[in-house]
Amino acid sequence: MKIKHFFLSVLAMTVLLAVGFNAQAAQAPLKEVKSAKGNVSGANVFNRLLKKDTQRNAAPAEDGIHDPANDGTHVLQPPLIAYDGLPTSEFGNYVDWVKSLDDGLLKPRYDLFDPTVEPLVMDLDIVREVKASMPDVVFPHKPHTQWLHCSNCHPKIFIPQRKANVMSMSAILLGQKCGVCHGKVSFPVTTASCTKCHSKPKAADWKPPKSEASLQNPWR
Amino acid sequence: MFKSAMIGLLSMFAVLMLPQAAQAEYADVVINNYADAAGMRPVVFPHWYHRIRFRCKVCHADLGFKFKAGGNKITMANIIDGKFCGACHNGEISWSVENCGMCHSGVPGMPTQIHGSTVQRLVAPTYKSLDKPAK
Repeated sequence: MKIKHFFLSVLAMTVLLAVGFNAQAAQAPLKEVKSAKGNVSGANVFNRLLKKDTQRNAAPAEDGIHDPANDGTHVLQPPLIAYDGLPTSEFGNYVDWVKSLDDGLLKPRYDLFDPTVEPLVMDLDIVREVKASMPDVVFPHKPHTQWLHCSNCHPKIFIPQRKANVMSMSAILLGQKCGVCHGKVSFPVTTASCTKCHSKPKAADWKPPKSEASLQNPWR
Repeated sequence: MFKSAMIGLLSMFAVLMLPQAAQAEYADVVINNYADAAGMRPVVFPHWYHRIRFRCKVCHADLGFKFKAGGNKITMANIIDGKFCGACHNGEISWSVENCGMCHSGVPGMPTQIHGSTVQRLVAPTYKSLDKPAK
């Protein structure tokens, strides 16, 4: 009995130690994030495999992909120093890059050598009707042309022809069309970011369209 | 008594050895086309650092970087010739090639990937580059 108790206590102690050690190693320079999830009791935390939003913007040496044994890693700038004062967002780098640019907080160059070159900004919204009940997609050219050149998307990714660009969320999630950038570098495809694209609500009398099969059904 | 203490110690090591979830920045690109084979650490490219200084257009339209992790055949010879990274990493705009460890800073053996990407989160394990390194 005693041996068992001793074993259990040692096990509990070591697990606590290990957790504490890991937390200590990663905690020091990181910002703690308060979320609505943090206020609920432990009974509601059901999926232990989901990544938790407690640590963001780790410094290179603690981020898991840089090798801390490499001297150069410790010379690199930690992201939180660069993000100081920039507007925040709920996903990606947790920085609202488009707003930072609009507010003049960032002045990234449009030309490698000449800092005075201004981008060719085109302010044109494209509305894409969504067949399902999700709000329609409004594609704003403005923030895209502020960062990119026309040739980045046209004609290879988005074919300049009506009805030639068939898009679906599964294609985007797997890296086609919008997913060439969104979900990799520009804001990610998460449940928090749906409404960034799906932003035009359906009309009040909207009804789901009938499929070809049901329209051609002779027993209708 | 000694046995249980040993088991406790072993379990402690087991917990310590568990792989820690990477907390790296969204859009950090690990490029390991040739690095591992050449005995170097893979390159970690931070998009966040570069987008503060340059718009996407500069690298993806002017310098010819494709929108594909590992899809650009970047070699040290290319860089020294002033192509790809070498357009800036030449000692004039940014650090030059003798600072090996500042780019080659990834955990050895890590596959080519975009950290935090949807594809990485949905399709496990992380995808590898389609272009096999030329021998």
